[in-house]
Amino acid sequence: MANMAPKKNPMPSQDPQVRSTNFDEVALGYTEEMAVDEANRCLGCKTRPCVEGCPVNISIPEFIAKVQEKDYEGAYKIITQSSSLPAVCGRVCPQESQCEGRCTRLKMKDGESVGIGRLERFVADWHNEHSTEKPVKPASNGHKVAVIGSGPAGLTCAGDLAKKGYDVTIFEALHTPGGVLVYGIPQFRLPKEIVAKEIDGLKELGVKVMTDTIVGRTIDVDELFTEMGFEAVFIGSGAGLPMFMNIPGVNHVGVLSANEFLTRINLMKAYKPESNTPIVHPKKAVIVGGGNVAMDAARCAKRLGAEVFVVYRRGMEELPARKEEVEHAIEEGIIFKTLCNPVELLADENGNVRAARCIKMELGEPDASGRRSPKEVPGSEFEIEADCVIMALGTSPNPLIRHTTEGIEFNRKGGIVVNEEGATSREGVYAGGDAVTGAATVILAMGAGKTAAKGIDEALSK
Amino acid sequence: MFKIVRKDELRPMVTLYEIEAPMIAKKAHPGQFIILRVTEDGERIPLTISHIDPVKGTICIIVQTVGSTTEQLKRKQAGDFLPDVVGPLGKPTETKGFKKVMVVGGGVGCAIAYPVLKQFHDDGAEVHAVVGFRNKDLVILEDDIRAASDKLIICTDDGSYGRKGVVTEAIKELIEAGNEYDQVFAVGPAIMMKFVCKTTEPYGVKTIVSMSPIMIDGTGMCGGCRLSVGGEMKFACVDGPDFDGHLIDWDNSMARGRMFKDFELHKHEETCNLYKMEEAK
Repeated sequence: MANMAPKKNPMPSQDPQVRSTNFDEVALGYTEEMAVDEANRCLGCKTRPCVEGCPVNISIPEFIAKVQEKDYEGAYKIITQSSSLPAVCGRVCPQESQCEGRCTRLKMKDGESVGIGRLERFVADWHNEHSTEKPVKPASNGHKVAVIGSGPAGLTCAGDLAKKGYDVTIFEALHTPGGVLVYGIPQFRLPKEIVAKEIDGLKELGVKVMTDTIVGRTIDVDELFTEMGFEAVFIGSGAGLPMFMNIPGVNHVGVLSANEFLTRINLMKAYKPESNTPIVHPKKAVIVGGGNVAMDAARCAKRLGAEVFVVYRRGMEELPARKEEVEHAIEEGIIFKTLCNPVELLADENGNVRAARCIKMELGEPDASGRRSPKEVPGSEFEIEADCVIMALGTSPNPLIRHTTEGIEFNRKGGIVVNEEGATSREGVYAGGDAVTGAATVILAMGAGKTAAKGIDEALSK
Repeated sequence: MFKIVRKDELRPMVTLYEIEAPMIAKKAHPGQFIILRVTEDGERIPLTISHIDPVKGTICIIVQTVGSTTEQLKRKQAGDFLPDVVGPLGKPTETKGFKKVMVVGGGVGCAIAYPVLKQFHDDGAEVHAVVGFRNKDLVILEDDIRAASDKLIICTDDGSYGRKGVVTEAIKELIEAGNEYDQVFAVGPAIMMKFVCKTTEPYGVKTIVSMSPIMIDGTGMCGGCRLSVGGEMKFACVDGPDFDGHLIDWDNSMARGRMFKDFELHKHEETCNLYKMEEAK
């Protein structure tokens, strides 16, 4: 008999007062009892709406059924048939708009969906803690594939191909593999040990990782084919260039991109006193933007001891960040200044930023995208004092490969053009993730890596 | 891992390292840089390549000991390994198609000026070099620079070697003497480059400078190395490091360069103290 409680088992979390001063993981994960109780809320619908909502089509009711039976390793095996990074996705996927958004339990009065993400995380963590089974390196099929970038798209593509016996090499520009999972998403949302473990798993499948190698500089796509003998190349180089506002004062000292702020903290561990990488410890920080990256930057700034303001030009309802992230930010004492937008950044006599001059906004008619476009309220300018302003306005695809590779078609925004198999206009070259779409989510990048792996397999096994 | 194959202490605080990095050596051109880390968990620091040997598969960097990371680097010996060296980064300096150029180097910036100067020379330009140092003990690469230039003026602040004074005086004299330069290429401390640009501007001599702002990844991701050039935002790592010096907002650039000065001083001291404690044991 299903557990008919309307609400999800709440996620045990660190107390907001405590966690806003440390970088340890916020959500602590379900206990076994909670997981089984939550799994019992699943109705096991024959129509499987949740599976349709998942970009990589995990067999969700089936893995949950295994959790009900307390066969957690069995559940893990089902998840990993479709996903290479369950411990990551269980933590950072926007489940509410994917699998959980389609859950039948939502149709009941005051009903919440089954906590699919929380269960996925439980299963992955259980496996990482208890399983002694090593992944078996499959027999080689003799084909060589190069993967550019070790973010979620690249790791997924590499994992899927390695499982089929391909000889896969990942080329990573930074000194640590993981892409946005290590430089972008903070430790308190996604511990780096988990990412490292997932990558070790891929290495056990035979995937080689070459760090410190920038395709487009150290080596180019042509050489991957001609000199290194790869038969296919997957480009998952991610969204590179951070966007800044075109307002006066944007280059003042203390104004930085969320990419820089987060990279210093996450990749370079600047929050640890022993780190040699410097970081500003702001007293008052203004974060401009309302997406997940803005929430990450805000919560990091909070943990460095700042009073933090998130400035967003639309309203609370329109914040593009996951609801859970916004709630966590509010709990931690982050102040939201919505319906306003910076028009100028002011500096002291030494060129250090001292305030953001903002203007109030109101929402007008819905635009082409269906979102109500914000308009300035004339004469409503005001100042927010800040010794640090962080721009979290999105990124555009990294241009290095575009500038050094012939024969690949790019769109107006610099994204690589691909077909439904993930293939670019150049034979043997595939692409996916933010390099194609511009800044998006981990799971969409994984979906794209998966699609391309299938496309590469079909092309090379002909 | 990247092996240090040669370490040469050019001056007490200025050291040359030849590093085995065949993939980088094969691709690198004068004006480009690398990013390295000295320790696992260490900081990433950008350093311009001073010599490239594609046959041997090595590159050289010349490093002034100024902070914690360069202090750690100084403790490395030939035969030791660096965990990370990545590059070549940035765009190569344009050296082709010039008849007569002036290359200006300041202090350890001469390590960058030298390969560019040599490339100008090899590409057929008449090269006049003006290099400045604080004093005689800090002069580096004199023979290399002399061999690749048609005229060389060495200046020291205290007059202990060459002529006394700053590079801008020599630059002005050369231009006033009727030398018509297609271009001036300057590299050194920001304050020097700023004044080189101020000196050449009235004469309308195009002046290219090699910028070395604070950066992390070097691939265009962090935006930390941005600067304002002709009112436009540019990233030194992907758009540079070379820019038209007459268009740079120098005051902003220099303020940004000082951003972490206190932190760096503190960390350097901390590192030195750690080494001292180890040595005392």
